[in-house]
Amino acid sequence: MEQTSISLHTIEEVKPPVTSIGVIGWARKNLFSNILNSLLTILIAYGLFRSVPTFIKWAFVNAVWWSDGQACNQASGACWSIVTKNLRFILFGFYPYEQQWRPVFAIVLLAAFVFFSSFRRNWNKYLLVAWIVGLTLIGLIMHGGFLGLPSVETEQWSGISLTLLLSIFGLSAAYPFGVILALGRRSRLPAIKTLCVVYIELIRGVPLISMLFMASVMFPLFLPEGVTINKILRAQVAIIMFTAAYIAEVVRGGLQAIPRGQYEAAETLGLNYYLKMRLIILPQALKTVIPPTVSILISAFKDTSLVVIIGLFDLLRTTHVTLSNPEWMGFSTEAYLFTASIYFVGCFVMSNFSRRLERELKT
Amino acid sequence: MQSMFSGSAEDTTAFDRRQAPPFWRDPAKRAIVFQVVALGLVFMLSYWIFTNTQANLRKQAIATGFGFFSKEAGFEIGESLISYSAADTYARALFVGFLNTMKVACTGVILTIILGVFVGISRLSKNWLLARLAAGYTELLQNIPVLLQLFFWYGLFHTSLPGPRQSFNPLPGVFFNNRGFYFPLPENHPAYREMAIALLAACCAAYVLRRWARARQDKTGKIFPVVPVSLGAVIGLPFILWLASGMPAGLNIPHLVGFNYEGGFSFSPEFGALLLGLVLYTSAFVAEIVRAGIQAVSKGQTEAAMSIGLKPGLVLSLVILPQALRVIIPPLTSQMLNLTKNSSLAVAIGYPDFVAVANTTINQTGQAIEGVAMIMVVYLFISLVTSALMNWYNKRRALVER
Amino acid sequence: MFRNVKLQPPPRERIKDLRGRRLINSTLREAGENNKMTYQATKTPDKVSTGPIIRIVSMHKWFGEFHVLKDINLSVDKGERIVICGPSGSGKSTLIRCINRLEEHQRGKIIVDDIELTNDIKNIEKIRVEVGMVFQHFNLFPHLTILENLTLGPIWVRKLPRSEAEDIAMYFLEKVHIAEQAAKFPGQLSGGQQQRVAIARSLCMKPKVMLFDEPTSALDPEMVKEVLDVMMQLAHEGMTMLVVSHEMGFAKSVAHRVLFMDSGQILEENTPGEFFSNPRHDRSKLFLSQILH
Repeated sequence: MEQTSISLHTIEEVKPPVTSIGVIGWARKNLFSNILNSLLTILIAYGLFRSVPTFIKWAFVNAVWWSDGQACNQASGACWSIVTKNLRFILFGFYPYEQQWRPVFAIVLLAAFVFFSSFRRNWNKYLLVAWIVGLTLIGLIMHGGFLGLPSVETEQWSGISLTLLLSIFGLSAAYPFGVILALGRRSRLPAIKTLCVVYIELIRGVPLISMLFMASVMFPLFLPEGVTINKILRAQVAIIMFTAAYIAEVVRGGLQAIPRGQYEAAETLGLNYYLKMRLIILPQALKTVIPPTVSILISAFKDTSLVVIIGLFDLLRTTHVTLSNPEWMGFSTEAYLFTASIYFVGCFVMSNFSRRLERELKT
Repeated sequence: MQSMFSGSAEDTTAFDRRQAPPFWRDPAKRAIVFQVVALGLVFMLSYWIFTNTQANLRKQAIATGFGFFSKEAGFEIGESLISYSAADTYARALFVGFLNTMKVACTGVILTIILGVFVGISRLSKNWLLARLAAGYTELLQNIPVLLQLFFWYGLFHTSLPGPRQSFNPLPGVFFNNRGFYFPLPENHPAYREMAIALLAACCAAYVLRRWARARQDKTGKIFPVVPVSLGAVIGLPFILWLASGMPAGLNIPHLVGFNYEGGFSFSPEFGALLLGLVLYTSAFVAEIVRAGIQAVSKGQTEAAMSIGLKPGLVLSLVILPQALRVIIPPLTSQMLNLTKNSSLAVAIGYPDFVAVANTTINQTGQAIEGVAMIMVVYLFISLVTSALMNWYNKRRALVER
Repeated sequence: MFRNVKLQPPPRERIKDLRGRRLINSTLREAGENNKMTYQATKTPDKVSTGPIIRIVSMHKWFGEFHVLKDINLSVDKGERIVICGPSGSGKSTLIRCINRLEEHQRGKIIVDDIELTNDIKNIEKIRVEVGMVFQHFNLFPHLTILENLTLGPIWVRKLPRSEAEDIAMYFLEKVHIAEQAAKFPGQLSGGQQQRVAIARSLCMKPKVMLFDEPTSALDPEMVKEVLDVMMQLAHEGMTMLVVSHEMGFAKSVAHRVLFMDSGQILEENTPGEFFSNPRHDRSKLFLSQILH
């Protein structure tokens, strides 16, 4: 047992062993660390080697991009002409041809808003106001009827416009409704609580498609004679009712996470129920549950595709309809791949945002 | 001078009356009023809807009630687990649809769990290629709507599968064409029944073996290799029986009869597309859930278990999995419910599930309210039963804290 | 210390197995007392070791390109108690984690109880059985009771019968003064109680060396003493201990040597008395001035 202290000589620069750093080190650790791993790597590499070049050949090398249906039938590769030739119908559906710059403008504006809002330092009261103004503006541009812009009824909004309309408006209207339901479910008044619980559990237990069926065939029966509501509005109401139940559950989780001390402190200050919720509880709760709310938005965006089944012309339906054209029959794969990529980009961007937000909120 | 607290009866009641707040400031009374108003509004809305509906139904001469259950259905159903013809009642048709939904849901749940667990674990693998592939799989499939995926697979099957006479024949006895996917099935042989009994017996024996091995370990500390032995029995016993009865290898091979294949085991392209789309979509979510569950167990747990000297297999089964399963099971159950609810999309690709049959019923009888109500009740029933089971399981397994 | 002792478990109500209802009755306390007596019985002499129980020779470790441990040379005899201190990021935790292979070293040798630590799994497992570790964040298994936490190792690694494992567990729970909590779950205990259970859990494997990675850093001040008391009791019984800690009082009273580490090197090594009164290295002086205020 020595009693000496270590001398002060500096350790000369010693490099780590070559096989543990750099590319070789990385490959050893991640690809070939043991026999099983190496086998797996070889297997996967072989699989990729067989499938990727074939796919690239089909999708790009032998593909036909701009010609018509006949040339497509003769080509061995993908027929992307179905997309390029029908692009405007797939994207905008029955919106009048010359006016299609308006949906494009609306989408660009929306994208700009979303991009701007994705930075947390821009979040304040004015953002909410800006959003309301922006959405109204987008609605007006799409609808027209003033300043020389020809009017386009909502029945003609199709393709991406309908998808975005249903999801954005659906979530915006469902959000306050969902918050009220969540507050009602946590209420101590038995009647209110029961009503909210029954509503939430009922809606969450049934598939969206049954709500859409209800909207398309049952709602007309509920209304007095002579009153009709167009189909899009009915579908919108069904989507709002459906999404509100899910938002209610998420917000309820957020409310439960607020420590009791917050409620007590607010009451001690003399705030009544409304002020307590508005100033203290809800701001905290809603901020905590932003990530799950974004995932509900992503689901709403994907679920709008279900309106195909009740005959509305959203992005999926317009794609589906191009395929019934005899000239383009048989190229379903290409058409659906294109539509899938649009949905994928939209959802992927939103889920990345949600993940980034979750990380920021956690630290 | 009379003291304030003289205590005469009149004084106290006047005092009380002065202290009691007027009813519009009394929280208890306000609560009652509020609830009465809310219930009243709901009641009035329901009543208004009800009268409108009655008027409309009368005007359009639509029947009410469930009398149509015993009427003749008059439509065919593409595939059915029980015998059915157009002359059967609507009730039977709906039951056929329900069985089809159950068929898709049960097969889907089993396949999804297997695939999802595999992909979830791969995501955490040390092998970079495998982990990246799994990540790409989940990202891709989670972000595309499920209906689009169903359309994609259904379209793919229709465009690339040939007619029966030119079927794909990837393996002997296996045929793929646009009428369905056909596989050979072992022929009916008495030995198979014995093998099935042997299998069941081996499973029971494995259960008993496990209990015995545990008791033995408690008493003497010696660990018995239960898993290899049980596996050996479950596979080996039927295998020995098979050898003993002369290795029957007769196959019921699908063969072409006219324009169709008969025999063997088969499923339609609709079922195939529905199952494939649902399983791929839901397994991406299950993979994320499994990954999150395993990552929820802190690294310190693994380190503590290893520093006691536990081997990796035991670390996994005694320490990691019990904790991970607590986190995994609740969201997993809700994904399984989602799968069942998404199976209702079968109506869009022509698979006759419950919603599809109910839809046809609505179209034929015009009784929309009963039809939609039926759909909701059936799915609600499935959801509530599953949720109740899950809640019960959760309560049992919750970690005990202060 | 307590090897090869035959136990006669006193007749008592068996605690139900992991899946059944847990029953603890008062005879457990008696069991603890009985065990204390039985354990003081025959003690077979330990294997005569041929040298220090831990030897680290020219050990280097890198995290990628970052040189986290530089040329570590250390020799620990049986029964020695060493406290390692230093600023955060100096590599102290990494050093002791290398000893039971929670971290891998790239160069040099680590030899524990005459077994060299290499990639050989058998060696690693043998060493882990002889080396116990107590973590800063306790790392008790939340889904098992305290008793099950302690019997896990003896049952599955040392392959003891359940009754024997439970007797050992109750003995050590008595030792750390927490026997009455045996049927509870970790979530129901305070931090100090959990850390004492963690110490008992490692002791149940009857290790030759105990490693402590900042055992009191995550505790509220009023609970630090109860854990330090247990550690001092352990020290007085002759356990070989390597402790990474900032508790200088503990170092002064029980340590044979104090090691000061900074930036991955052992800069100073001395008896506690000498180290605290005459630190020789500049950085040790700086460190001590920062802690002892």
